[in-house]
Amino acid sequence: MIRAEHLTKRFGTFTAISDVSFEVQAGEIVGFLGPNGAGKSTTMRILGGVFPPTSGSAQVAGFDVARQSLQARQVVGYFPERVALYLDMTVREYLDYVADMKGVAGKQKGHDIDRALDSCVIGHVAHRLIGTLSKGFRQRVGIAQALVGRPRVLILDEPTAGLDPEQVAEVRKLIRQLRGEGTVILSTHILSEVEATCDRVIIINRGQILAVDTPSNLNQRLRKKSRIQLEVRAPVEALQSCLQSLPGILAIEPGYATSDGVTSLTVSTDPDRDLRAEIATAIIDARWDLLELRAVTLSLEDIFLTLVHRPPTPIPSVQH
Amino acid sequence: MKFLVVCRRELRSYFSSYIAYVLLAVFLLLTGGFFYSWLRYFILFGGFVLPSGLWQQVYLDMRYCAMIVLPLLTMRLFSEEKKLGTIELLWTYPVSDIEVLAGKFLAAWLFYLLMLLPTAVGPFIFYHFYPFALAPFLSGYLGMVLLGTAFIACGIFVSCLTENQVVSAMGTYAILIFFWYVTWNEAVAGIDVVHILLKLSLFDRFLNFARGVIDTQDIAFFVLFIFFFLFLSLQSLGARKWRGVSTGI
Repeated sequence: MIRAEHLTKRFGTFTAISDVSFEVQAGEIVGFLGPNGAGKSTTMRILGGVFPPTSGSAQVAGFDVARQSLQARQVVGYFPERVALYLDMTVREYLDYVADMKGVAGKQKGHDIDRALDSCVIGHVAHRLIGTLSKGFRQRVGIAQALVGRPRVLILDEPTAGLDPEQVAEVRKLIRQLRGEGTVILSTHILSEVEATCDRVIIINRGQILAVDTPSNLNQRLRKKSRIQLEVRAPVEALQSCLQSLPGILAIEPGYATSDGVTSLTVSTDPDRDLRAEIATAIIDARWDLLELRAVTLSLEDIFLTLVHRPPTPIPSVQH
Repeated sequence: MKFLVVCRRELRSYFSSYIAYVLLAVFLLLTGGFFYSWLRYFILFGGFVLPSGLWQQVYLDMRYCAMIVLPLLTMRLFSEEKKLGTIELLWTYPVSDIEVLAGKFLAAWLFYLLMLLPTAVGPFIFYHFYPFALAPFLSGYLGMVLLGTAFIACGIFVSCLTENQVVSAMGTYAILIFFWYVTWNEAVAGIDVVHILLKLSLFDRFLNFARGVIDTQDIAFFVLFIFFFLFLSLQSLGARKWRGVSTGI
């Protein structure tokens, strides 16, 4: 449904993305994951028809985004990173305008608008001026305008940026509901977002694609070891020697004692075994107080560091 | 036909803000005042030739009003959308650049016609008491429409260049005032150059219409001027293809 081949975009001497190639099948929800400034928005804008690539080509539903721009834009619903709407219109007037711009006419128009209002749960604010709405609602109006015209491809550029946790959950739910209606490509810099919503993930950094895989595969592939964070009321040495005796423990990172006899440390374990239960039993058997035990999940940073095969940069020590 | 959708939204936007009403009021107040004072002058000092005695003076003053007001009308057309960031979504809809430009141009133009219409009320009342030859009078209006359209085309171009509305208006004033004063002083430019500049001057071209003379050369010049600036606007909009889109605030 979406096919990008060797996309490169330069602005003057600055190269925003270089040689980006990927494919998205019909009906898939694909996440575009990368830190800020990685080239996510540039790729989204090329797919959305805002500007063409400097070289390479991209097709949306079979239409070339540069040479058949209008046809390509006809099948795309686009949600920009910075949601900017006409503040002097009511929500319904705005969606009506969007429908006209997309060439949706007749019965279909009213139907599409109602459906978009429903999907984004903004029916009750349909007659309010957009300028009087909160950020969360404006964000939903932004998604609603993308849905008008029943696009076959939805491009959502950071759909949850700047929302509070409750609103984030709602938007994710909305995206999951779109499954089966069309193809969705969304960009984000939050790893959990991809895990929560996407079938596949494309990881991009500094304008280049680092990996394309399913979230779970990627997690496995990258997880050479699991880590468990512990906080126990016990002497440091005693705790370390106790943990060392357990099978499956690969390494114990040096812990430190906090003020009232509590030791905090991180253990690396075999990725194929979940040792949390064993560790907890060992600590309780030794009659120590177990204050915290949690599996450390891979952060986006860890993923990038693993993918680019670079050692973590040491944090410069503070001079007092 | 999507330019009509763009046009409708622009017109809505004009009327949902104070700016439209303020500009309309200022324009009507100034043009009405000028018409009244020139009419008093004409009656008091016994002019007999209406085209040169009254209409020419009225239209020459009316063009200043248009020059003051129109850049303020066109300044927001693209600048505001760039500043707010709404322009990005506009480019993702299946609408060509030319339709977007045509829609915005048409909106400003229709608004200008709406401004021009009430200025005929004074002459209409005057006609009631003193039926005059309509042709020279209408010639002036044709000139005003062409001149104003040229101002709008110029203004829309500058609006494409910047996301700052003040810069947009000032830039338009700069271009228009340049076209106005280039012919003032042959000592500055040299007599030969002034002859060429005279052919390029919007305001000197307008003089014929104000006197009641319609010359196809003048019409051709205005049409060329308008299309030249619309062409430049289109090029400027297309520049996002290699320059990118500002992410704004």
